[in-house]
Amino acid sequence: MIRLSRLQVKVIERIAATVPLALAVALAAFVLMRAIPGDPVDIMMGEGASSSGEEVAALRSQLGLDEPIHRQLSGYLKGLFRGDLGYSIIRSRPVAEMIWEALPATIELAVYAMLFALALGIPVGVAAALKHNTAFDRVSTAVSFIGVSLPAFWLGIVGILVFAMTLGWMPTSGRIPYGLEPYRITGLLTLDALLTGNMPALGSALRHLCLPAITLGLGVAAVVARVTRSSMLDVLGSDYVLFARAKGVPESMVTIRHALRNAMIPTVTLVGLQFGSLLGGNMIVETVFGWPGLGRVVVDAVFARDYPVVQASVMVYALTFVLINLVTDVIYTALDPKMALQ
Amino acid sequence: MSQASLHGVLTRSADMPEIVSKAGRARRAGMGLWPRLMSHRGGRLGLIIVLAYVAIAVSAPVLAPYPPGAVNLAERLVPPAIGTRNLLGTDQLGRDILSRIMHGARVSMLVGLATILISAALGVGLGMVAGYYGGVLDRVLARFTELLLAFPYLIFVIGAMSVMGPGFWNLVWALSFKGWVEFYRLARALVMSEKNREYVEAARVLGRPDSAICVREILPNIVSSIIVLGTLRMGNMIVMESSLSFLGLGIPPRIPAWGSMINDGRRYMLTSPWVATLPGLALALLVLGINLLGEGLRDCLDPKMMEG
Repeated sequence: MIRLSRLQVKVIERIAATVPLALAVALAAFVLMRAIPGDPVDIMMGEGASSSGEEVAALRSQLGLDEPIHRQLSGYLKGLFRGDLGYSIIRSRPVAEMIWEALPATIELAVYAMLFALALGIPVGVAAALKHNTAFDRVSTAVSFIGVSLPAFWLGIVGILVFAMTLGWMPTSGRIPYGLEPYRITGLLTLDALLTGNMPALGSALRHLCLPAITLGLGVAAVVARVTRSSMLDVLGSDYVLFARAKGVPESMVTIRHALRNAMIPTVTLVGLQFGSLLGGNMIVETVFGWPGLGRVVVDAVFARDYPVVQASVMVYALTFVLINLVTDVIYTALDPKMALQ
Repeated sequence: MSQASLHGVLTRSADMPEIVSKAGRARRAGMGLWPRLMSHRGGRLGLIIVLAYVAIAVSAPVLAPYPPGAVNLAERLVPPAIGTRNLLGTDQLGRDILSRIMHGARVSMLVGLATILISAALGVGLGMVAGYYGGVLDRVLARFTELLLAFPYLIFVIGAMSVMGPGFWNLVWALSFKGWVEFYRLARALVMSEKNREYVEAARVLGRPDSAICVREILPNIVSSIIVLGTLRMGNMIVMESSLSFLGLGIPPRIPAWGSMINDGRRYMLTSPWVATLPGLALALLVLGINLLGEGLRDCLDPKMMEG
């Protein structure tokens, strides 16, 4: 019999606990569409319903709504396992295809927003901790406070006004001009452009990414700065840092080797948690910047009353969120072995 | 650091950085809430901002120079200027922006307040029962809250709004339907740590019924933490309301809301930037005020949360 370490057991337990949760999420999405007051088909056919009874019946059977509920549910779950997320009424194409097309845009935006947040937040947080109670500390704390309070959609609009419309540094919206797209490998434009050596596409994609990524990432940067600062302060006051200093380790080494490494543990967890909020917040930023991602798909579908698309994308969002939380937990457990002992 | 305390650090820091020093906190420890809050720089500023907004929201029907929906096509997109009829300018239909911002404050604050009150009542009630008795209800609620937490908040509310349709109360319910979870978790954890304390034991020995113990004995001891959480979450709720109204999924267009005003103004951004930026400033300042107040209250009321 294979002997597992406590850490491994913990990780396996955590993964196992995710399975019923994912199933419950899928079930909740199923219930959501059936919770629509009245008949979704009537609503989809439009208020001025001039459609015939035949059309209604056809749509109903296409959606599977004419079957008994347990049949609908089992069909839905079987479909999920085959990767079939239903069929969009408005676009007349499989929902899975639409989501698959939009997902890379959302992921790319979230990744760049996170990179921006870390690139800004960690140095500011570390510097604020090292210069504790100085003017820099106070100003950065106040700015991060304001950063958390600014609503992203407003920030985006002001960013467009200043940097795109007035200064003309960046495009106002979109992901890349038509015809300039690199050959699709991953769907992440910057990565595809790099892989194919398509430099004009890379430049254009990055320019398009700038404003939305900063808009989306600024709030996270404020949180990262704050957490890094407080955990860095904790660590700098700890015995082992005192000991390292007493041993005569140079201050720069103390900061980087001893303090920063340990102070990063809460930040790593934070990155995971915030990725979820980036995914949640992106539909606002995607709307403001005309970004062709999953957030746009959801918002458009809600307006078009394209319920199969709403159902599937809400589920995909939640499953992604659950998955990110799982990965964060696992990384965190691995980083901090004390966790495994509890 | 345990998972729970880490979570505390993260949710706390997710909202606000600390602005006061430890020395200041200690100095205030012996005073009552009011003088403590007044000597807290951020808390005082936040309270002033919030009170100003409350005053504006309450008196908007009297104070606003024009009715919020009054269309004046002859004076469309007039820029803001002091000493004119429209201090903050007009929008694309010639409606007075100042009046609309003042009425928008009513909507935002009402949504925020109603959502927090419903969420807190529901969450604290269920949390106290689950924390006090444990058992099946506790286990069922644990699974249910886990499921709710699996959905990103905004997506959840958008999904719910797509089912219910836009509307003031629909929005409040959609926000509350997930908002109670945090109150539930806080109340449950607090009750679990309080229920074995001496004063609860004493009340039990005296033969007081469970309901009286919960409401009369435990609740007064945990209410300050709940007020702090409520204040901290209020800003989030208001941003969420504006975001949804911005998308056209929140407050219906006939009611002036900051989010929909910002969305309307987007088309005139280059020529008339005030239409979209001014309601956004109003929103940002209110959220900032609420966050400052929440943090001030936390420092003054809730040393437990402060220490994580």
